[in-house]
Amino acid sequence: MGAAERSAGHTERDKAFQKELVALIPHLRAFARTLCGNAAAADDLAQDTVLKAWDARETFAMGTNMKAWTFMILRNQFYSEKRRSWRQTQLDQEAAERTLVAVDDPESPVVLDELRLGLAMLPAEQREALILVGAGGFAYEEAAEICDCAVGTVKSRVSRARRALQAILESGQYRRDGASASQAMATILADAERLSTVK
Amino acid sequence: MMIDRSVKRPRNSANLDETRLRQQAIGVKLRQMFDEVVNEPVPDEFLDILRRADDRETGNG
Repeated sequence: MGAAERSAGHTERDKAFQKELVALIPHLRAFARTLCGNAAAADDLAQDTVLKAWDARETFAMGTNMKAWTFMILRNQFYSEKRRSWRQTQLDQEAAERTLVAVDDPESPVVLDELRLGLAMLPAEQREALILVGAGGFAYEEAAEICDCAVGTVKSRVSRARRALQAILESGQYRRDGASASQAMATILADAERLSTVK
Repeated sequence: MMIDRSVKRPRNSANLDETRLRQQAIGVKLRQMFDEVVNEPVPDEFLDILRRADDRETGNG
């Protein structure tokens, strides 16, 4: 598009792009929240992503998957900011506790905090694969594109993450207050049961 | 020693069912955790940065 057209305002394509981008903001915030230790840092990351995506809009092929494209930008941004810990396989307990504090919302069901703590104990690459496929609604192929790895790698990460998360929740090893083991799993089962019958 | 499959198999498949049930339950909670944030109102700053980007590009025209 020419400079004259640009200076007169946005093109139709820009408008369509922006509309789609704005609709993705809630999803970008949710993904950022799973990567960052606290909600404020997550929103900073999501805002950087929105700006980067907007600046790079010419490189996006309209009609292709903008959600996967923006998630990839967000993920790259996150890891370039904290390259230091990117190969870190396990969050330490302190980081897990920070994550818990960050999401310490009195309205939030306790079981979600337990799930978050369990997630925090997974290796980073397993956690993000499980979140993209299990919560973000991405196909394995899309998740592989976002994480820049092979489809088979994503599949095995998701499968290992699922097994590990279940084991963590059943053993109660994330607990700090001495509550009975497998309480979390029982609550999750009851909760899921209740949710599925409501629908 | 003979392996009694008639006893062993049902128990394994019951374990598999239980695992599947638990995995489904974890999946439900994972989506709930994610959707909780998706459903939050978007802070104004998000639209502000797009507005500022607009001004930056079109304001100098």
